[in-house]
Amino acid sequence: MPGLEIDGLCISIGDRGVVHAVDLQVKPGNCVGLVGASGSGKSLMALASLGLLPRAACVTAGRILLSGGETVAPGLDRTAEVRGSGIAMIFQSPRAALNPVLRVGHQVGRVLRRNGRRDDLRRRGIELLGAVGLPEPDKVARLYPHELSGGMCQRVMIAMGIASEPQVLIADEPTTALDVTVQADILDLLDDVRSRTGMGMLLISHDLSVVAERCESISVMWQGEIVEAGTNRKVISSPGHPFTAELVRDLARVPETNGRAPQSSAGPADDPAREAGG
Amino acid sequence: MRPLLEVRGLRKDYRRGGEVLRAVDGIDLALMPGESVGVIGESGSGKSTLARCITRLERPTSGGVFFQDTDVTGLSDRALRQFRREVQPVFQDPLTALNPRWTVRRLIAEPLKIYGEHNAERRVCEVLRDVGLPKDVMTRHPRDLSGGERQRVAIARAIVLRPSVLVLDEPTASVDLPARRGLLALLKRLQSEHGRTCLYISHDIRTIEETCSRTIVMYRGRLAEEGPTTAILNSPSHVYTQILISSIPRIDGAATRPGRLRARPASEQPLPGTGCLFAHRCPSALPECAADPPMVEVTPGHRAACVLAGRASRPQ
Repeated sequence: MPGLEIDGLCISIGDRGVVHAVDLQVKPGNCVGLVGASGSGKSLMALASLGLLPRAACVTAGRILLSGGETVAPGLDRTAEVRGSGIAMIFQSPRAALNPVLRVGHQVGRVLRRNGRRDDLRRRGIELLGAVGLPEPDKVARLYPHELSGGMCQRVMIAMGIASEPQVLIADEPTTALDVTVQADILDLLDDVRSRTGMGMLLISHDLSVVAERCESISVMWQGEIVEAGTNRKVISSPGHPFTAELVRDLARVPETNGRAPQSSAGPADDPAREAGG
Repeated sequence: MRPLLEVRGLRKDYRRGGEVLRAVDGIDLALMPGESVGVIGESGSGKSTLARCITRLERPTSGGVFFQDTDVTGLSDRALRQFRREVQPVFQDPLTALNPRWTVRRLIAEPLKIYGEHNAERRVCEVLRDVGLPKDVMTRHPRDLSGGERQRVAIARAIVLRPSVLVLDEPTASVDLPARRGLLALLKRLQSEHGRTCLYISHDIRTIEETCSRTIVMYRGRLAEEGPTTAILNSPSHVYTQILISSIPRIDGAATRPGRLRARPASEQPLPGTGCLFAHRCPSALPECAADPPMVEVTPGHRAACVLAGRASRPQ
C-alpha cells in the first residue's frame, strides 16, 4: 500500500508500555486526524514514524511501513532513508523547532541539500517560502526566526516539511500556539499543499474541532490506544468511546452562525445578570 | 449600581529605541460587581497590556483605573497594598509564573504571609479544596503537576486573600482540551459562589463564551466592538470580529464554508496612523474608513467601531 501504514505498533518507556498495538493508515492525498489528550501517546507515535523517539523509548512490537517498505520494527530503523523525501514532520512550536542562529532561508536550503539537491538552493528555498504564502520571500529568507511572528515561523516550518515533497506529512499540533485567524490560514495552506502535491497528511491535535473540520477520517487515542476510528461524520455523530463523546459535547457549543451575515438579534437573551454597565 | 472597577481612556505606550509602540489606545471599560467580562483579540492587540495596567503591574501612560471610585493610577506601591489585595491577577503560563523551587504550600501561603494573616495552613487547605486539588499536592513542586493542576495552584494563590476582582490572562491557554473542561467548570463555580467580578483575557473564544456575559473585542490597542457575548458571537458587527469568529474551526467540515472571511495580508501595505486601524487588512474597506470610525450602536449595549456596523449585510 502506498502511504503510511502503522501496524500493531507498541512503544515502551523503560518497562512501561505507553503505546499499545496502534493501527493507523494514511493514504496519499488523504488527511487523517489523530485526537487525544496530552500524554495519550499521539506524539510518540509520530516521532516513531520518523525514527525520532527519545532515547528512553523503544518500539517493542509491530511495524511501520512507508509505501509498503518496512521502516520501523523492533530493532529496526530505516527511517534515515525516507526522512524528508518519504515522510516529514512539522512540530508544535515552530519557534523552538527552528534554529535561532541561522537565517530561515539557510535552514530551508539545508533540508534541500540533505535530500540531494546541490544547485539553486537559494532560489528554490525562496520559491518554497513564497509557496507557503510568505510575503516578499526573498526578504524573509534573510531573516532570523526571532524576527518573524509565530504564524510566519509555522509557514517556514511547513516550507521545510514540504521541501523534499514527502509522500506523508505529519503535522503535530501545527496551530496550537496560534491565533484562530492565523490557525485558519495555516490549515488552509496545508489543505492547499495537500491537494496540489497529493501527499498524505496526519494531523495531530488535542482539539477535535480542528481535526473534524479538516480531516476525512479521525482516530481517537486514549491512554496509548486507538479507542475509536472512522470517518469524520461517523465519529462525530455517534461517538463510541466516553472520551470522544466528551470532546463532541464540548464542540456542540460553538456558535451556529459563525460570523456570516449578521442576523437580527434573534438568539435567546443570555444571562439576565449582565446589564451592560456604563 | 456603580462599577466596581472602571477603566477610562486608558493608554499605554512602550518606547523601543526611538519608536513608540502604542499597545493600548484609549480603552474604556466598566466592571459591575459580580460581572464577568471577556477581552478577545489576536496576539499583539494589547489585551495583556490592558490586564497589566488594570492590575497596576504597569503604570498607564494616560487615562485612569478606578477601583471603587478611587483612582489607583498614580498610587505608590505602599498605597496600592489594599488595592492589590482586592484585585488579583492570574497569569498566562503557570510554569513560569510559579517559583519552581517552592512547594505548593509555600506558593499559596505567600500572599497570606505578606498580608500578615495567621492560620495560613488552614486557609491553604480550604483553598486547595476550593480549586479541587487533593491535600497531598502541598508538598509538591510545580514541575510535578500537570498543566491543569498548575493552573489550579495559580488560581488558588490568587483567591487565597478573597479578592473581589480576578484578572485572568489566558487562564486556559496552557492546558489541553480535556483539562480545559474541568478548569472552566471551576472558574464558573468561583464566579457564582462568591459573586466574584472577573475579567478574562483570552484568544480562545470558547473560554469567553463559557464564562463571560459581556465581551469586548480589541484590535491594535483599540476597542473594535463590545456587547453581550451571545451578540458578539452570533451577530458580530465589526468586520474584524466577523473574521475572528468565522475562523473558529467548525465541526461540519471546511467544505461547507467556502466563504470564510479572510483578512488581507498585513505586510503588503504600510500601517495607517489614523482612521480605522483595520482598514488596510479589511476585505470590505470603504473610502470613508480613512477617517476615525464612529462607534455605532447596533442594539442597546452592542457597539462596534466600524462604518459597516448595523448596515445590511454585504453582498458576498
